[in-house]
Amino acid sequence: MSLLSVSNLTKHYRRGGTTIAAVDGVSFTIEPGETLALAGPSGSGKSTIARLVLRLIEPDAGNIQFKGDDFLALNGAALRARRARLQMVFQDPLAAFNPRATVARVLDDPLRIHAIASRVERPARIAALLERVGLTADLAPRSIHEISGGQRQRVAIARAIATNPSLIVLDEAVSALDVSVRGQILELLLDLQARERIAYLFISHDLGVVRAIAHRVVLLDAGRIAESGDARAVIDVPQSAIGKALVAAAPTLNRTHLQDAS
Amino acid sequence: MSPLNRFLHRPETLAGAIILGVLFAMALFASLLFPGDPQAIAGPALLPPFHDWSLPLGTDRLGRDVLAELFHGARTSLAVGLAAAAAALLIGAVVGTLAGFAGGVVDEVLMRITDAFQTVPSFLLALAFVSVVGPSLGVVVAAIALGAWTGPARVARAEVLSIRERDYVAGARVIGMHPLEIAFREVLPNALPPVLALSSVIVAAAILTEAALSFLGLGDPNRVTWGGMIAEGRTVLRTAPFLSIVPGIALVLTVLGVYLAGEGVVETAAVRRSLS
Repeated sequence: MSLLSVSNLTKHYRRGGTTIAAVDGVSFTIEPGETLALAGPSGSGKSTIARLVLRLIEPDAGNIQFKGDDFLALNGAALRARRARLQMVFQDPLAAFNPRATVARVLDDPLRIHAIASRVERPARIAALLERVGLTADLAPRSIHEISGGQRQRVAIARAIATNPSLIVLDEAVSALDVSVRGQILELLLDLQARERIAYLFISHDLGVVRAIAHRVVLLDAGRIAESGDARAVIDVPQSAIGKALVAAAPTLNRTHLQDAS
Repeated sequence: MSPLNRFLHRPETLAGAIILGVLFAMALFASLLFPGDPQAIAGPALLPPFHDWSLPLGTDRLGRDVLAELFHGARTSLAVGLAAAAAALLIGAVVGTLAGFAGGVVDEVLMRITDAFQTVPSFLLALAFVSVVGPSLGVVVAAIALGAWTGPARVARAEVLSIRERDYVAGARVIGMHPLEIAFREVLPNALPPVLALSSVIVAAAILTEAALSFLGLGDPNRVTWGGMIAEGRTVLRTAPFLSIVPGIALVLTVLGVYLAGEGVVETAAVRRSLS
């Protein structure tokens, strides 16, 4: 049984008299411990899918099964409890946190809400979480805007793994980071996946990163699936027009192709 | 420069702070400097100011010490002004946050109620409320707050509407936070600065409304108020104008002080926000 199974997901936006299909009949599945990448040009519906899967917005049609349950049927307290298993890391690590928060408070919230640790146990849990993402415990009392972008994204990952999720949606999670930090964060993600069998829904426009981290890829164009399959196979030999365009537009990728050929 | 330095650096803010400081001192030390009932008779009636140094500001129609009344009146003015403004800001912030965050029917209902309150002149509302419920300090505070909460509510709603689309609110939902906790712990604190910017105007208006209510005889009859003093002096306005002028000046200075100091706080906070 798939961990997440999305079928025929559709979301329309109405502007004036016209209807725009942000997501149009998209279906895919994610297995436990697997990374599925959603790639496509901007406006292709990647982030809308992320928000639909997390129930941040409601779909117009379609079905989402998470761990065998109808995820769209959950509401209120049942939905909030289920959210522990399905987490998200945002693109902009500064915007993803309350500007008034400290690192400790950010990590305290999920532990408190899902009753994972008692009040006295939480400081130790927070320290352990920080260490799991490669940070030191002395960062806990610092304010979110006092730490670097890379540290912030590590805190975001620590918040996401605090509830022992089965799936983390990474919405352009490394796009806002500079190149050296990006590699470290990707390694951290791969390491967490290897140790804890967390599945990722990895949303990115960067095919180089997708090829390095994802098992399978779904290429989106204007809200529809253009192509899907094994990440390396699809990116090395794209069949669809949008796939070819995306590969051609990725400069680092072209260079590796040239090196492979020579 | 520390925030306090920056705050006191502007001359108009400094003036406001000094006026407010004096006012607070008057309110605090009123019963120390003028023990006993300020409404007790202290000397001959209608003694003009600066004639008898034991009664420096003279006496009113009944021979009560004007200076003692002024000091005790500062208490009422400040207490009512601050309490009414605090109540108005609290109600406004809560209503605005709920309306902006919940959206839909809740938003419509709350904002139509706000509209209804806003269409009735706030002074008329306060007048009607006190007339019906009866004059006491708590009722006067409630009456003033009733007409003043709509402004903060609108500002809070507008701010919440922009904040609720931010990623950190989505992040709070993703970790399973209860919507009420998101509204009041994640959204409201970040929506507060522009709401608090209204506080100086609201406090000043509340002090004036309280004075106007007392002037019309709808203040707490057991307390000295500046508005009540002005009303008392009205009957002898030609022969003893100081009875109305002295509390009048106190009122003007207080409103000015509150406004200047309040604006200073807002400016300082704005600078700090843009620096961080």
